[in-house]
Amino acid sequence: MDLKDRLSGEIQKKVPEHPSFTNFNPQHQQKWEDRSILDYSTRIEPPFQAFNQTSKTQPLLPCNPNNQIKNGPGNESLQASKVQDWDPSAMLNNLSFLEQKIHQLQDLVHLIVGRRGQVLGRPDELVAQQQQLITADLTSIIVQLISTAGSLLPSVKHTLSAATPSHGQFGQFSGVVFPSGQGLNGGVQPQNAGGSKVSEPPNTVDISSNSGNEQNHLFEEHEMKDEEDAEEGENLVPGTYEILQLEKEEILAPHTHFCTICGKGFKRDANLRMHMRGHGDEYKTPAALAKPNKESSSEPTLIKRYSCPYAGCKRNKDHKKFQPLKTILCVKNHYKRTHCDKSYICSRCNTKKFSVIADLKTHEKHCGKDKWLCSCGTTFSRKDKLFGHIALFQGHTPAIPLDETKGSAGTSDQGDGNQATNKVGSMNFDFSSNISSENAVQTSVDFKGSIDDPAAFFSPLNFDTCNFGGLHEFPRPPFDDSESSFAFLLSGSCNYTQKSGED
Amino acid sequence: MKKPKQECFGGFSFNPFDLLSEEIIFMILDLLNHNPLDKKSFSLVCKSFYAIESKHRRALKPLRQEHLPAILCRYPNITHLDLTLCSRVTDTSLSIISNACASGLRSIDFSRSRLFSTSGLLSLALNCKNLTEIDLSNGTELKDSAMAAVAEAKSLEKLWLARCKSITDMGVGCVAVGCRKLKFICLKWCLGVGDFGVGLIAVKCKHIRYLDLSYLPITTKCLSSVLKLQHLEELVLEGCFGIDDDSLAVLKHGCKSLKSLDVSTCQNLSYDGLSSLISGAEGLQQLTLAHGSPVTSSLADCLKKLSLLQSIKLDGCLITYDGLKTIGNWCVSLRDLSLSKCSGVTDEGLSSVVTKHKDLRKLDITCCRKITDVSIAQITKSCKSLTSLRMESCTLVSRDAFVLIGQQCHLLEELDLTDNEIDDKGLKYISRCSKLSNLKLGICLNVTDEGLIHISRGCSKLIELDLYRSAEITDCGILAIAQGCLDLEMINIAYCKDITDFSLLSLSKCSRLKTLESRGCSLITSLGLTAIAVGCKELTKLDIKKCQNIDDAGMLPLAHFSQNLKQINLSHSSVTDIGLLSLASISCLQNVTILHLKGLTTRGLASALLACGGLTKVKLQAAFRWLLPHRLVEHLEARGCIFQWRDKVLQVELDPKCWKLQLEDPMP
Repeated sequence: MDLKDRLSGEIQKKVPEHPSFTNFNPQHQQKWEDRSILDYSTRIEPPFQAFNQTSKTQPLLPCNPNNQIKNGPGNESLQASKVQDWDPSAMLNNLSFLEQKIHQLQDLVHLIVGRRGQVLGRPDELVAQQQQLITADLTSIIVQLISTAGSLLPSVKHTLSAATPSHGQFGQFSGVVFPSGQGLNGGVQPQNAGGSKVSEPPNTVDISSNSGNEQNHLFEEHEMKDEEDAEEGENLVPGTYEILQLEKEEILAPHTHFCTICGKGFKRDANLRMHMRGHGDEYKTPAALAKPNKESSSEPTLIKRYSCPYAGCKRNKDHKKFQPLKTILCVKNHYKRTHCDKSYICSRCNTKKFSVIADLKTHEKHCGKDKWLCSCGTTFSRKDKLFGHIALFQGHTPAIPLDETKGSAGTSDQGDGNQATNKVGSMNFDFSSNISSENAVQTSVDFKGSIDDPAAFFSPLNFDTCNFGGLHEFPRPPFDDSESSFAFLLSGSCNYTQKSGED
Repeated sequence: MKKPKQECFGGFSFNPFDLLSEEIIFMILDLLNHNPLDKKSFSLVCKSFYAIESKHRRALKPLRQEHLPAILCRYPNITHLDLTLCSRVTDTSLSIISNACASGLRSIDFSRSRLFSTSGLLSLALNCKNLTEIDLSNGTELKDSAMAAVAEAKSLEKLWLARCKSITDMGVGCVAVGCRKLKFICLKWCLGVGDFGVGLIAVKCKHIRYLDLSYLPITTKCLSSVLKLQHLEELVLEGCFGIDDDSLAVLKHGCKSLKSLDVSTCQNLSYDGLSSLISGAEGLQQLTLAHGSPVTSSLADCLKKLSLLQSIKLDGCLITYDGLKTIGNWCVSLRDLSLSKCSGVTDEGLSSVVTKHKDLRKLDITCCRKITDVSIAQITKSCKSLTSLRMESCTLVSRDAFVLIGQQCHLLEELDLTDNEIDDKGLKYISRCSKLSNLKLGICLNVTDEGLIHISRGCSKLIELDLYRSAEITDCGILAIAQGCLDLEMINIAYCKDITDFSLLSLSKCSRLKTLESRGCSLITSLGLTAIAVGCKELTKLDIKKCQNIDDAGMLPLAHFSQNLKQINLSHSSVTDIGLLSLASISCLQNVTILHLKGLTTRGLASALLACGGLTKVKLQAAFRWLLPHRLVEHLEARGCIFQWRDKVLQVELDPKCWKLQLEDPMP
């Protein structure tokens, strides 16, 4: 292929959107971590134990459905022809790949040199963008070189059995940088590249140090916050920031960081680095474990904001009242929440659906605890939210739970009410035993009515048999049993109408 | 009342009532509203009268819920149903009511009733589409679901929920959303209701005029939306401890339509908060600051701009002289001023107020113990249009001052002179107040029969007379009152030790007498009581505690004639089982106090209690708690009766003068 042509075409295409190097943005780490956290915690042992038995890593791949979606046909064939052990031919392959890479690097530098001249007349902004782009491309190639070269060392006993599942992950790069189906290409670690530093927005969470699980918690907490809302207040003057737009596929890709050796995908660089330790001592050095430092951070960089690729969306840059998204995490969450199917259903309530798994987890933490109900069926975990909702909408009304005799949540707020409900509760208990013996047909709904109308319990029949011990506080029941039978019917039917009325 | 009857049955072959159309008879009946018994007797005249009265009656106050089906069948046009006499109202009764009255019913009162639940209220709300008023006060068992049922009454305008402790914001929220026409809501003591519920009412019910939020755990959060209500006229915030100066400072606007504001017992509210609360409320007419922060000149100053203020109540506040002086300097002329139990009220301060506010109609200076004749002289001099003067326990006021009251304030209708130095001369002058309807002379030891004779001559409109422990009063005085004040409805002759049956005989001529308190009149016997029972058919409250000479012989005629008796105190009398049992024939009887009856046996008490079907409250000696069969007590409680067990030993009665000295003793 004519690399030069392709690359230039690529670059021209990319200039307005810059989707490629957003991939390098460390914020990916936060975005896709939902699954990685799980992966990391639950599987942290097996990969490490098995890292000499390369076959073991293979089952991991099918486990990750997203990987398969992303993998091109070439990848699949690669997986099929996986090298089981050290192979001289593979080494040769690697060496020729290195050669090829160096050529590419050469070409790229030529291209840059050539471009300098063309670029001169252009506005500074564009120049800066191109420069960044080229630098990013360059860095990625260098990284690949280094990683491939590293795999040639004799100390690395295990072969790079895992195929590169990552073609898709690296966006348009894959086409440029990786010649078809090169098994070693997966070793790219874009997060080590200088390009990532360039595009690092100021609010990036830099806590990705070397610590393990604790860190994951930190990330998780961070993700719970809705960052879409957080930046609403920001009033950036249009033009003072750079607008980047990722493609849909990139937004939905599950992993951004891949192990060059086994191909395992990670959402976070930090997790990848922890993983890499298992692949050899050279990954255990403080330098390898350290967070990629930002030597180029001294360069003045533009503030970056993101645009949603969905046309017509308020977050899309073509929208009249465009409101940019602050980080890639925001883009991902926004896109999934707004433009994707809500495929995650809460297993507890089976009603709430989410498109972002973190939202589901957040919900599941509180599911069932949402005691504040609106007649429209919406539940709220907080009373003020419910009342705000009701105040806002016409015709919505607080829904009283049917088992409110147990003491609704509100009564526990104050002592007196609480006491009262306690009393009712105890009476409730007394009567239930009576009822079950006297009137087995009664349903629980009827029972509720009968609590309020103790007529039932004071029929002369059970006057003698029933235990009055707990009834001191009892509200004056009538003394005729004709009423009691009535009352049941009545309360039962009325409860029914009430229910339907609330709907 | 008598006349049409006579004509009707007077032997005429021609009945003049045949000429009268139904409408005209309805108009006649409209005029019979004063006494419910009149209409009752009207309906008993003949079948046609019975039918007319049935059609005419709009308001009903049934005694027992058992009779509701029949009674509602008889009266098809009921719009107002008062169930306060039925302590038990079941859901069944409510469904009967809702089916019988249907859309005719406008107002229903459950404030003394219990046992009904959500389903009953729901059927009421769904069937009675035109229901505009519901009183659910004291419904301590009512839950949010009941409120959801009430919310179905879409045309509801007035709702009382006082002391409904179990309802929460959710229930009130339902009402707020459902009853959009609500104009009047009382949430007093609904401790489960907070900012959210009240806030939602303010947001959803835009027509609210009256809002009682007393003792609610609310803060300024909901108050800001409450004050945005366009039509709010009366706001009661009594005892809202969550409202304080700091949070009120945030309020930017008051409520322009506000006419009456009550912030009594708001301990965290001083003039800072008050001024932001009333800012913009220029139309304020009534302000209640009772038991609040001290009334200083700065507080009085911030009220200065209320140009329409007519009434201010400062009961129980500490008032400085400056504060009173500043009130005196207001441009407005107050109509109603209450300084009851205010400490710091001096002659000087009070004089500076009353000399400026000459239009005062009502003045309450109860327990302002520092004031003397000077104040009274100023009051009588400047406030000639006083209709009500309450000055209980103004002990430094000498007997001559009361002459001035009689001389100057002829328009007085209510005069409370309890525990004062007034004597017969004072009463002679006070008898010039011909409109006087309520006179309290309790613990006035200088008052004798002579004074009462003056009163009986001058004050023929007297309705209430209190002679509690005015020990010099004898039968002569009471006779004069009974002859001069035929409209008398309430008289208290407790501990007037010289009163005998003769007084009761004369009082039996006051046919409207409803309340008789003759506690500790040891000379009266069953004979006197019999006269009262025969003469005063409307008697509803009777206190014959410590009348040792009243026995069963008095109870029998009482049981026979006083069919309207609701409350009786028999403690320390000589009534026995028989007398008590005979009272069971009074179907209205609700409240009985039976302590220290020597002749009372457990069996007698048990059968009497069982026989009195309508009892709601019984005070008994604690000993009976264990003597009475436990199941019987449970049964009675289940019927709606509350027992109060008392364990007090009999105290020897002191001499009245001694008693007063003892009373005054602890005071500084």
